[in-house]
Amino acid sequence: MPAFLLRRLLQSVVVMLTVALIAFALFRYVGDPVNNLVGQDTTLEEREELRERLGLNDAFIVQFARFVRDASIGEFGFSYQHRRPVRELVAERLPATLELSLVSALLALLVGAPMGVYTALRRHGILSRGFMTLSLVGVSLPTFLIGILLILFFGVILRWLPTFGRGEVVALGWWTTGFLTASGLKSLIMPSITLALFQMTLIMRLIRAEMLEVLRTDFIKFAHARGLPARSVHFRHALKNTMVPVITITGLQLGSIIAFAIITESVFQWPGMGLLFIQAIGEVDIPVMAAYLVLIAFFFVAINLVVDILYFVVDPRLRADRATANGP
Amino acid sequence: MRTGVKAAAAAAALGGVIAAAPAQSETFRWAFQGDVQSMDPHSLFETMTLGFQRSIYEGLVARDENMELIGALAERWENIEPNTWRFHLRKGVKFHDGSDFAADDVAFSVERIRSEGSDLKVVAQLIQEARVVDDHTIDFITPAPNPILPLQLEIFYIMDREWAERNNAVEVTNLKGGDEGNYANLHANGTGPFTLESRQSGVKTVLVANPDYWGEMKGNVTEGVFTPISQDATRVAALISGNVHMAYPVPVQDWQRLADAEGVKPLTGPEARTIFLGLDQIRDELLYSNVKGKNPLKDLRVRQAFVHAIDIEAIKKKVMRGASVPAGLMVAPQINGFTDALNDRPAYDVAKAKELLAEAGYPDGFELTMDCPNDRYVNDERICQAAASMLAKVGVKVTLLAQTKSKYFGKVLAQNGYDTSFYLLGWTPSTFDSHNPISALMACRGGEDRIGAFNLGGYCNPRINELAAMIQSETDQAKRQTMIEEAFRIHRDEVGHIPLHQQPLSWGVSEQVDLVQRPDNVLDLRYVTVQ
Repeated sequence: MPAFLLRRLLQSVVVMLTVALIAFALFRYVGDPVNNLVGQDTTLEEREELRERLGLNDAFIVQFARFVRDASIGEFGFSYQHRRPVRELVAERLPATLELSLVSALLALLVGAPMGVYTALRRHGILSRGFMTLSLVGVSLPTFLIGILLILFFGVILRWLPTFGRGEVVALGWWTTGFLTASGLKSLIMPSITLALFQMTLIMRLIRAEMLEVLRTDFIKFAHARGLPARSVHFRHALKNTMVPVITITGLQLGSIIAFAIITESVFQWPGMGLLFIQAIGEVDIPVMAAYLVLIAFFFVAINLVVDILYFVVDPRLRADRATANGP
Repeated sequence: MRTGVKAAAAAAALGGVIAAAPAQSETFRWAFQGDVQSMDPHSLFETMTLGFQRSIYEGLVARDENMELIGALAERWENIEPNTWRFHLRKGVKFHDGSDFAADDVAFSVERIRSEGSDLKVVAQLIQEARVVDDHTIDFITPAPNPILPLQLEIFYIMDREWAERNNAVEVTNLKGGDEGNYANLHANGTGPFTLESRQSGVKTVLVANPDYWGEMKGNVTEGVFTPISQDATRVAALISGNVHMAYPVPVQDWQRLADAEGVKPLTGPEARTIFLGLDQIRDELLYSNVKGKNPLKDLRVRQAFVHAIDIEAIKKKVMRGASVPAGLMVAPQINGFTDALNDRPAYDVAKAKELLAEAGYPDGFELTMDCPNDRYVNDERICQAAASMLAKVGVKVTLLAQTKSKYFGKVLAQNGYDTSFYLLGWTPSTFDSHNPISALMACRGGEDRIGAFNLGGYCNPRINELAAMIQSETDQAKRQTMIEEAFRIHRDEVGHIPLHQQPLSWGVSEQVDLVQRPDNVLDLRYVTVQ
C-alpha cells in the first residue's frame, strides 16, 4: 500500500506539472492583460513599464519557472484584476464552490441512486418509464439552458427564489456558509439542481444498467432459489455488486462537478471559483487562471487517489489479487 | 478580506434590527456587468470604477445631474495667473473617520497620484506643483497655461493624509503589492455622501449613507448594494424579478422585453462615446491587403469612397435598433467644443464611391482585413459586419477579424506596433473636452510632443499638432472654439477617421426608482430616489 501511494503521488506531481505547463502555454493566446489594467489616457511609456514590472516581457521559460517555484510554496502571486493576493481570493471563493458542489453531489446521489434501483427492479412500471424519459431531458439539455429556464420559471414568473448570488452568508472563521440563513438556503436551490441534474441522470442510468446486469447473474438466481427475501437479494447482494463502477464514476464526477461548476456559477452569478475563473479569462488575469487550473488539477488528482483507495475497501478481490501477486 | 466578510456577516446579523429602526430607510440594489475594480481612487483610470467611487470620495469639483461643473470640496476656483489655479476649499468638511479635511490632504493626494502604479499619473502631469496657501486654500501650478484644468479634475478624488499614513496606504494600490495587498484597495475613507460598509471584490459591495455629509443629497438612498452580474440573461432576469432595482447594460434586443414586463422599463439615451472606423494611412504598403507596393488608403479619394459607401442609417436601423445617433464629428454633442455645423455626414452614395475608387485606380476595388472587437462596444461585431458588406458593394472586399477585447487591443494598440490596416474603435473624452480626442486620436503620432498615441491609423497633419498645443493653453473660450473647429474641419476634409455614431446607453430600471443617466454610463448614487 505505501509503495502504491508513493507511486501515485509521483504520478500526481507529473500530472500537475504538465497541466501547469499546458495552461501556461495557452496563456500566450488569451491576449494582452495590460490594456485591461490601465485607462485609455495612460501613456505608452507607462504601459511598457507596467509590462516590464509584471514580468510579461520575460521569456516563456523564465515565467514558467518563476510560476512553478512560487506555486510550490503555495504562492500564486497577485491578481491583476482584483489587486489582491490570489491565495486570499481563492480562499474567499472556495467555500461557495465547495458548498454548491457538495449539495449537488449529494442531491445527485441521493435522488439518482434510488431512482436507478427502482427503474432496474420495476423495468416496465409507469413510474420507471417516467424517470427514464426525465433522465433523457437531463442528459440532453445543456446546463446553462436548464439554469436559464429555472430562473425564468421560479425567479421571474413565480418569483419564489432569488435569481442570482448566494444570499446572506455567515462567516465561520475563514469559511463562509450559506447553510445558516434562509436566503442562503433559498439561493442554493436552483444552482444545485442545475448542477446536479446531469450527474443525477448519469448515476441513475449507470446504476440501472449495472443492476440489470447483476440481476441476470447466477448467484442472484441462486439467492432467489434459496428463498432469501427479495429485499435482501436486491440490496445486500445485487446493489453491493454494482458499487465498484458507481464509485469510480461518482468520484470522477465529483471532480467534474467542482470543475464544471463554471457554467452554473456564471449563469447564477454564484460567487465561487468558477466565476472567478471566467472573469479572469475576460480580463486576462493570468495569475488567477493559473492558480485555478492547478487547483482543479489538484482536486482531480486527489479525488482519483481517494477513489483508488476506496477500491481496496469495497472490493476484497483487489486485495486478494495483490496479496497473491506479492506472494512467493 | 476576512474583516470584510465578518463585517458583512455582522451586518447580516444586525440587518433585522437596523431595518426595523428608521421607517424611511431605502435600499437601492443595482447590477453592472463588471465589478468596481478597486476601492482605491488613485489606482485606476476607468470610468465605471471612478464613477462608483464618486459616492465615497469627492474631488475638488463635481458634475451635477445636468453634467454642469459644480464645486465639491472646492467652493470656488480662479485662474489667478496664467499658470496658477487657486482653489478655495470648503470649510467644516470631515472624512468618514471624523478627521478634518484640509488643504494638506489635497497636497497629499497630488503626491499620491504620482506614486508608482497610479493610473492617474496623466492627471498628475497636469499639476507641476500643489502649493498650500493656508488650511483652506491651495494653488495648483500648471506646466503651461491650462484653461480647462477644473474640467480635468472631476475624477481626481481627495484622500485623507493621516488615514493613509496610519494604514500604510501612502502609495497607490499596486499590482505588485505586499502580502496583504493595499489597505485602500478594500477600505475607503472619503468625504462623500456614502461610506463603505463592506466589500467582497467580484461579489458584493455595500454602501450606507453618511449621516454627517456636508452637502445635501438629492436622492433618498440610505443603503446601496452593488453586485456585478456578468451574464446578460441573468442580469436582465434579476431586474425583471425585482431582485435589483437597476441593471446595466441591457442588450439592445431585450428592450422590448423590458418594456413589456411589469414594473420595469428600459432607460436609453445617447452615450458620449463616439464609435468610428480608422484606416492605416502611414505605412507605404498595407499589412493586410492584396495591393502590394503601395497603400491605397493613403489616397484621399479612397478614404472618401469609404465614407460614401457606408450607409449609416441602415446601421442605425438594422444593427442599433434605431438607438444610435449618427455622427460626422469625432466628439458627441455633450462634449465641450462640439459644433453642430460640422456634424453632418457626407451622403451615402454608392455610385460616387465607385467613381472615386475608379479615379484612384481601383475600379475593381481591393481586399482589406478589418480588425474589430466583439465584446467592447454595443453590437461592435455586427457594426463591422454591416460595414464590410457595404464596402463589398463598392468592390472593397473586407475580411473581418473580430476578437475579444483583450486580443483585439493587444493587436492594434501601440505596444504591438499598431498592427492593423482597418479597425473600429470607440472613444469617450474623459475630460468631456475636445482637446482630449484631438490630441489622442487625431494628432500625428510619434512626435516629440508624445501625443497621438491612439491614432492607430497614423493619420497625420502637423497643423493638428500645432492646434492641439494651442487649444491646450488658450484661455479665451471663443478663440479656443475656433481652433477646435479648425482641427475638426481639417480632420474631416482629409478623412482622418470615419465617425459612425454615438452608441446608446442601455439601462434597465425598476419603475420604483428615479435616477439620472449620465452620458458616460455612470450611475450617480446621490441622484437616486426609491419610492
